[in-house]
Order: sequence, then C-alpha cells, then structure tokens
Amino acid sequence: MKPFSYTRAESVRDAVAALMANPQAQLLAGGTNLIDLIKYDVAEPEAVIDINRLPLKEIVELPDGGLRIGALVSNSAVAYDPRVKQHFPLLSSAILAGASPQLRNAATTGGNLLQRTRCYYFYDPASPCNKRDPGSGCPAIGGLNRIHAILGASDACIAVHPSDMCVALAALDATVEVEGPDGAREIGFADFHRLPGDGPDRDNTLRRGEIVTGVRLEANHFAGHHTYLKLRDRLSYAFALVSVAAAVQVADGRFVEVRVALGGVAHKPWRDPLAEAEFAGAPAGEETFIRLADRLLAGAEGRGHNDFKIPLAHRAIVRALRQAVSGHPQDQTVKAIQ
Amino acid sequence: MLNQSKTVGLPVSRIDGPLKVTGQARYAAEHFGPGMLYGHVVSATIATGRIRAIHTAAAEHFPGVVKIYTHDNRPKTAYRDSRWKDAVALPGHPFRPLENDRVLFDGQPVAFVVAESPEAARDAAGLVQIEYLSEEPHTDIVAQRHESYEPPVPRMKQFMPPPPRGDAEAAFAAAAHRVSADYVLSGEHHNPMELFASTVLLGTDGALTIHDKTQGSQNSCDYICGVFSLDPGKVVVKNSFVGGAFGQALRPKHQLFFAVMASLDLNRSMKVEMTRQDMFYLTWRPSCIQTVSLAADAEGHLQAVMHHAVHATSRHEDYQENVANWSGLAYKCENVKISYEIAKLDLATPGDMRAPGAATGMTALEAAMDELAYAAGIDPLELRIRNFVHRDQNQDKAITSKALHACYREGAARFGWAERSAAPRSMREGDDLVGWGMAGGIWEAMMSKGEAKVRLSVDGSVTVSAAASDIGTGTYTILGQLAAEAFDCPVDAVSVEIGASDLPKTGVEGGSWTAATTGSAVQAAAKAVIKTLLTHAQSMENSPLKEAKVQQVEIAEGRLVLESNHQIGVSMVDILEAAGLEAIEEHAKVGPDMLTMMRYASYSHSAVFVEVKVDEELGIVRVTRVVSAIGAGRILNPKTARSQILGGIVMGIGMALHEEGMIDHRTGRIMNHNLAEYHVPAHADIRDIEVIFVEEDDDMASPIGVKGLGEIGIVGVAAAVSNAVFHATGKRIRTLPITVDKILQSEAV
Ligand SMILES: Cc1cc2nc3c(=O)[nH]c(=O)nc-3n(C[C@H](O)[C@H](O)[C@H](O)COP(=O)(O)OP(=O)(O)OC[C@H]3O[C@@H](n4cnc5c(N)ncnc54)[C@H](O)[C@@H]3O)c2cc1C
Ligand code: SF4
Repeated sequence: MKPFSYTRAESVRDAVAALMANPQAQLLAGGTNLIDLIKYDVAEPEAVIDINRLPLKEIVELPDGGLRIGALVSNSAVAYDPRVKQHFPLLSSAILAGASPQLRNAATTGGNLLQRTRCYYFYDPASPCNKRDPGSGCPAIGGLNRIHAILGASDACIAVHPSDMCVALAALDATVEVEGPDGAREIGFADFHRLPGDGPDRDNTLRRGEIVTGVRLEANHFAGHHTYLKLRDRLSYAFALVSVAAAVQVADGRFVEVRVALGGVAHKPWRDPLAEAEFAGAPAGEETFIRLADRLLAGAEGRGHNDFKIPLAHRAIVRALRQAVSGHPQDQTVKAIQ
Repeated sequence: MLNQSKTVGLPVSRIDGPLKVTGQARYAAEHFGPGMLYGHVVSATIATGRIRAIHTAAAEHFPGVVKIYTHDNRPKTAYRDSRWKDAVALPGHPFRPLENDRVLFDGQPVAFVVAESPEAARDAAGLVQIEYLSEEPHTDIVAQRHESYEPPVPRMKQFMPPPPRGDAEAAFAAAAHRVSADYVLSGEHHNPMELFASTVLLGTDGALTIHDKTQGSQNSCDYICGVFSLDPGKVVVKNSFVGGAFGQALRPKHQLFFAVMASLDLNRSMKVEMTRQDMFYLTWRPSCIQTVSLAADAEGHLQAVMHHAVHATSRHEDYQENVANWSGLAYKCENVKISYEIAKLDLATPGDMRAPGAATGMTALEAAMDELAYAAGIDPLELRIRNFVHRDQNQDKAITSKALHACYREGAARFGWAERSAAPRSMREGDDLVGWGMAGGIWEAMMSKGEAKVRLSVDGSVTVSAAASDIGTGTYTILGQLAAEAFDCPVDAVSVEIGASDLPKTGVEGGSWTAATTGSAVQAAAKAVIKTLLTHAQSMENSPLKEAKVQQVEIAEGRLVLESNHQIGVSMVDILEAAGLEAIEEHAKVGPDMLTMMRYASYSHSAVFVEVKVDEELGIVRVTRVVSAIGAGRILNPKTARSQILGGIVMGIGMALHEEGMIDHRTGRIMNHNLAEYHVPAHADIRDIEVIFVEEDDDMASPIGVKGLGEIGIVGVAAAVSNAVFHATGKRIRTLPITVDKILQSEAV
C-alpha cells in the first residue's frame, strides 16, 4: 500500500474536478474492490476521492415506468427495493446471486459496474499482466486460466468481467448515465464495457474525469419470464464460472423476443443481439434453446483449463431458457438448481 | 475415578466464550507496549534461485523506517542446526530466515522492514526492490512422482511402512475381485482465522514477554532461546488465546524470529503480523499421489492391500506424515505391502494439517474400498463389516478398544443406509441425481508426557495450571470441568491458567492428545491435593477420617468425605485452617503407560455417511446430509466435542469439493493466495450434519478414558463425499477437489 491523499467530494462537479486535477486520482464508493486493490498494490492512487456524500442515493421512478438508480445506491438496497423486485426481478435476482450480504450492503451500483477482473495474475503485482502493466504480457495464456474468457478474448488478455449485476443490466438494455468535464452523457450498456483487444488496461469506455451518476432502466415486457442462473465453484460467495441472464417474451408458444446475457465468459457481459433477433418467432422449446446456445457460443474458444466452460455455458443457456420460458426463475435462496 | 459426573460429560459452554465474544480475549497481535516498533516481511516472488541484489535505499528513506534487514546485514544467530530445531522439527536443515542469498520457495521471507508504525513498515516493504537469478522450478507432484525417495531419516518410526506381510502381489493376481488406481490430492492451506503474529514486550531488566500465535508456548520459547542464545529464565512466551491453528502453528514461524531478532538488535518492543497471503506459503498439507490396489475373494474378504504414497516436501527438509500405514491396519488382511516416499518440490516445507497423513491416506483407501465394493457387488458398508479386525496387524498388537461396529450400526441407522439402492445413478430426486456414500475413519489415540498444577484455596476456589494451549478446541473448559468434578464445585469456581511457557511443562497442542494428556495431569494433581487434604485431616484431633484410605475419600459439598458415607467427613476449610494453610498446591506429571503401550495400540474410529445431490448436466454437487458416528472413548463435553467433529466434517467437505492451492508450475508460484479465490466451504455448502458419539469405555487409552477428537472428524469425509458422487453419477473422480470441470469432463462407468 502506498500513501495517498483523501478528500471528500461534496458534489458531482467537485468529484469531476478532482479527477481532472490528478490523473492518478480514484473514486471511492463502497470500497469493497478498491481497498483490496490498494492493499495488494494493484491500484496505487495518489488521491482517493470519497464520493459517498454525493446525492446519488435514490431510486426514482420514471414517467415511462422505468427506474433510475443512483450510482451510490447499495447493491442490497437495489436488490430489495419493492419497485425493482416487482418490475425488474431479474436485476434483483442477479445481485442476490453475488458476493455476500455484508459486501452487498457496502457495494454500490457505480462501483459494481467498475469492479475489476479477478484474474489471479492481475491481483499479483509480481506477475506480468497487460491489464495492470500494459505490454508486460499475459501469463494467464498458457497458465492458470480456469476462470478465464471463452468469448471475445484477445492475445493480450483473456480476463473476464466478474459482475453478476452487470449481466442482468446487459440483458435489460440499461443505460449508464455519466457526468464529466464536458457535462452529462449516456452510454448504452452494450457500449459501456469493452473487449480487451490490444488495450486490456481499459475495462470500459468512460472518458477521463467522468463519473457514473446512475443507471436507467426502461419498462419491459418480460414479467415473470426471466431468470438469473449462476454456476460457481461453491454454492455461495464465489464468482461465476458461467452465468446466464435470460429474459423472454413468448406468445402462442413462440418467442416474441429473447435476450440472453452471459457472465463469466468474456471481458464484458456478453450479448449477441443479432443472434437473438434470428430467434424471434422460433418455437420456445428445447430445440430452439439448443440452437440458440450453439449460435451464441459459435465463436467460443477454450484456453486449456477453461475448456469446460464451453459445454457448461451451453447447458446453462439451455437451462436458463427453460426456466425463463416456464416462468420459474432460479430462486437465489435455494441452492438447488431448478 | 470420576463416576457420577456433575460436570464432566455435560455440555458445558466454553468458559472463555464471554471473553471471546466481547473482544476481551487478546490474541498475539493485540498486545501493546511503550515504544513499540512494527515489522513487515518482504516475501520472495520466485520459487527457486538466488538473490542477485536487494535495493533498499528507497525504503530506508521512507518516513518512519528504522532499519531494513537482509541476508547481508542480519544479526548473528546460532550456528548449529540443532539450535534451530524446534520440538516438531523435521529431518533436514531447518529454515533460517535471511540465512543467505538462496531462494527455496515462493513467499520465502527475503527482507524485513522495521518502522515506527505498521503502515510505514508495510509501505516501505513495497519499496524494497529485489533482483533475482531465477532457476527452473519443479512444483508439480504428479510430474515429480518418479523423483521420489524413501526418507533416509524417519521423522517418527511409526511413520515408516510396516514390513510387508504375506505376498500381496501374488494374492492380488489370484483374487476374484481387483481394483487399482491412482488418487491425487492437491496441496491445501490451513488458513485459520488468526494470522501469525508475535508481539515482543521488552522488560526493564532485559526480560522478554512474547505473545505468539503458536500451538506450544514452550516450543516457541525453547526455539527462541536456542536461536538467540537467550537465558530461558528471562523469556516468557504466551499464547493465552489462539484463533485457530489446525497444525499450522505447531512449529515457530518466521514472524517470531523477526520480532525477537529486531527487538534484541534495536532494544525496543516489536510487533510483527503476517498477511493473509503469507499464510499460503507456510506449512501446508502436501500434495500427494497414491496408488492403492485392493483385491478380495468372491465373498469380499480382502486378499491383498497395496498402498504406495508419494507426497511433497521442500528442498531443505524431509516432511513426513503417516499416509499409507492405515491401509495395513484398517481391515483384516494377510497380504499387505505398503510403501511411502516423498519428493522434493520448490515449495515451502509442508506440515501437519488436521489429521496429517490419515486425512490423505484414508481418503485414497476408503475410495478404493468403495471401488472394490462395486467390483465385488457387495454393499460398501457390508464390505467393511466383513473385513473388520480387532487388532493392529501392522504392529501385531491388541488394541485398547474399537467401537467401530457401533459406529457402523448407529450411523447407518440414523442415515437410513438400508434404504440405499446399490446401482450408481439409481436414485433421483427431481432432476438431481442422489448419491449415498460412506467411509471409515481412523486416528491414533495418543497421550504424551505432561504436567499440571492444581491449587485449592481456603476460600474454596480452585486454580488449574499447565502450559497447554487452547487453539479453539475447548481446552480451558474441559480442564475446568475436570477440576470442578474432583472438588465438587461449580465450573466457574475454577480458574484455568494455560497458554504461557512458565507454567507446568506441556508439549505442543497437536495430534489430538491435549485432552488426554493435560486432562490426566489435572486429574492426577487434583488427586494429589485430595491426598494431602486427607493427610492433614487425619492429623486433626478426633478426625472421623483417621482410618480412611485415599481411595475411599472424595470431596462433596465442600467436605472431604467417605465415598461410602457422605455423613462422615471434615470440611475442607476446617482442614486447611487446622493445618494453618492458605492453600494446598500439588504438581503432577503423567505420561503414557509404557507397559500398556508395549502390548496395545489405541485408535479412535469413525463411520461417515454422506448424501449428495448432483445436477449432472451442470456439474453442481451439493452435500445435503452428513452423519458421522465417532468412537473416541470418553466424551468430556459433548458440546465442544461436537464442535470439533463439525469442524472436521466441514474441512473434509472442503477437501472433497473446494480446497486447492493453485500453482503456476511455470513459475512455481501459488496464485490463488487469498480467501476469495482459495475456496473453503461457505455456509451455503453446509447443510444437515449429525454427530453421534458411540459408547466406548477405554481406561487404557488414557487415565481419564479420553482418546482425543481434534482430528478424527475429518478423516474419511472426503472419501465419503467422492463415493457419494460416484453413487449419484457413476463418475469416479480420483483427483480432488471434485470441481464442476471434473464432473463435466469425466465419463460415467
Ligand atoms: C470476496 C468478494 C466476493 C465478491 N463476490 C462477488 C460476486 O459473486 N459477484 C459480483 O458481482 N461481485 C462480487 N464481488 C464484487 C463486488 O460486487 C464489488 O466489489 C462491488 O460491487 C464494488 O462496489 P464498491 O461500491 O464497493 O466499489 P469501490 O471498491 O468503491 O470501487 C470500485 C471501482 O469503481 C470506481 N467507482 C466507484 N464508484 C464510481 C462511480 N460512481 N463512477 C465512476 N467510478 C466509480 C472506483 O474508483 C473503483 O475503481 C465480490 C467482492 C469480494 C471482495
Ligand atoms: S488475462 Fe488479462 S488480467 Fe489476466 S494476466 Fe492476462 S492480461 Fe492480465
């Protein structure tokens, strides 16, 4: 751990100014990820800007039936909010599948979006890692990569984004609201996180000085037809090996719309809207589920230890679609998979 | 003897519980003194090679830094290896921090920073730059299995394989049913809650009081006095409370060395605490590869048992544990061949971890027994019953007791084993496959040499003291119970003083022998007090106990009375007053009975039954039910006893499904060195667990009839889980832990 200065931002403008003033500044929200990274000497901010006093702690209903969730609303508060539970149960479920109650109480919506990968080498400053130290190499390739990406990886980095919440947000087509030196702007969820390409040090498309102020959700038609299915190495308190957020609309036994977002498989929550569109109108049955899984995983590539994720993701997609179509979403309080 | 128990045998709550839950119990890092300095260790980031250069300038200039130690400037320490050997030391060259430029394992301490605050020490440690000359590491036990050797110097005689019996190979070849397979266990890391820490408080006269995280205060004290040539009269090591240890804290760790070294060198009090990452580099359960071959006749009677084990050790020491010998004594068999070897890896020296050896070896044997049961078409429990033996065939000795039939019977009944359908994949519940598996466990019931002091005061209070350690097991409580029983007083009238090196001599807290040893010593000292009381009572005028023998008296309600007639007796206060004494204090020494040991061996036993539910498509295993029936002699306190077994079972589930130190063999480094990525069971992984203690009277195992409970709970659990996974899925997964990928990638038979 290195010494850093600590200041409290009193307004979003303050926070933006502080970020602009020092390129080595970092925002502190719940601290559940940042503090760990500082302790491991992975993050070495010169300035820590505490944003917990900013007025971003509300969940507001929008006229069109949607919700705006402030960046500082805790993961627990989102998961247990009656409006979220009623209209966006998929989001509630995904959050409850992650971390532990203590962590969810501290973790924030903004922080969850920006949490960093759990790649072993990234966390170990003595190892090379292109994400932590651009150009130093990627030891996960040819090394321990059981938890790594099967989709959208590059030769520079095969890390995955570890969030559960974001997988649901991807399926729900959320919008990320940000504010920076040039004012406010919106980023569609699919464009918020990036693939590694040759610049894995950048996880997302935030520009310098920008802060996430909230996440917006639009009303949808998924009602009871959704699920969040998370597969992991123990029954709780572990990151996803593979997770699936599925949301479907079915009429007369056919898909009107089907959305599938995958977690634990790529550098960002993975969605393929083109593939999804091809299945509109297809019968909402086992054969379609299998074809859709085939299609989503067509480009999947294993790296050795993580080869199993390809069949695992395939089966998980099929199971999740079964759950979503039947209207029996995975209950996160029971550990049996339904 | 302690017959009609008023406290012993009852579920007394921990007497140290209130201190612990209110934060008043202080652990090694929670002591402070004036002028204290803080140390932080810099750990190597290569597995093998040399240090070419250490650059400390930046760190030295860091505000608050007092001194940085490396192999170039460390103070002189003892020269001969013998001075560095602690009570649990191994054959080989004991590790000496900062000895020279050689790096022997990932995480080896290579520099030590002392500063005015822990933060400054830690920050500055990050500024120390080290240049290495790396060499090629070898850290994979499977790859190194053929580089193995028989330990030239045995750690203990009984760890060496017994001579072969009969002709195992010929019997194997001729038998009706045969199984033979390799079983691989990953390295495991203890990770008790409390980190290793030492606080050295400097007294005015040069005396040192050291609070150390250890399972043996006297072992730490002797080690420090040997290494630094200190006067043992001037050093006291305390470990009043220990936040879990599981064997990892049997041997002194480098934080103790550093704290004392810097304290002596700088003449200041010192504190050093390790990080969680550091906990992964030291004293781990060695990775192990075993080949077990079993053969039986048509009725399932074992004809041949062959067990070959190779586990990891370090470059500098020959760690050894009893992995394979259990196979020669668990079941009746005339043809047995056991071999045991170790292989050097570029890793830290492994060490004892809960049921060392047995947890590893019995996992392989009991999985192989399950395979044999299927090969022979016999129920796995029935196969074990058919091969029951009431003798230690390895040593050709009788055994003191073995209530294993009762374990089988009561465990099976409770679990409902009779309802099991034998065929794999034949039991289902909804989409889940259901599997029922079982295994047996065994652990040596040991008693070591130990001493204790008991003091009875005129106000009726009792003090018990011994240099024993309570590593969370309940030692405080059971010693209090034993004394309360002897003096017929409430447990809270007894004060228990343990956890300091200046108390009566006691070995390290390991091997499940503390209750038997220190408990017996307390009982002996209490008896000695009663004997002295009687002597004084008999010199009183008109003493009603004039003719009484010590075996005929006991204490009841504050009086020394005749056992046969409580009306006849004298009050203890009167006896003490008449003798003009404030208190009576007696000291006792106990040890194993050599005559008994020559003729008998003593073991605790268990039968573990496990239910798993497996979502086969997704490879997810849930352990939904465990019943463990234990035969371990007398149970002093069913509450703390049950906790020991529960803890062992949870750890066994971790061994089966979760725990694995992940090493990048290209660099020889452990990469999942944190509790987010090194998995142990979470609450959600643990469901119904039932513990049964079967009746077992055994006054040969120890004078108080106790066999010990710290280890037996884990033995066999991992095998029972993997056998249950086989029953559920038809997949025999012989490399632990059984993770999603292995379920997905293996074929059902
Ligand atoms: C042991 C453990 C297990 C976990 N398991 C899971 C799991 O199973 N599933 C899961 O999804 N997560 C899991 N988590 C991760 C957890 O969800 C994240 O740590 C948490 O969501 C981060 O939120 P925070 O508010 O604490 O962020 P912080 O740690 O405060 O910040 C994280 C990053 O986000 C930046 N940041 C924070 N707020 C903003 C903002 N408004 N605008 C711009 N940047 C911002 C910070 O600068 C920092 O870089 C686990 C964490 C731990 C420690
Ligand atoms: S996968 Fe990415 S994060 Fe991991 S070592 Fe490679 S570059 Fe670093």
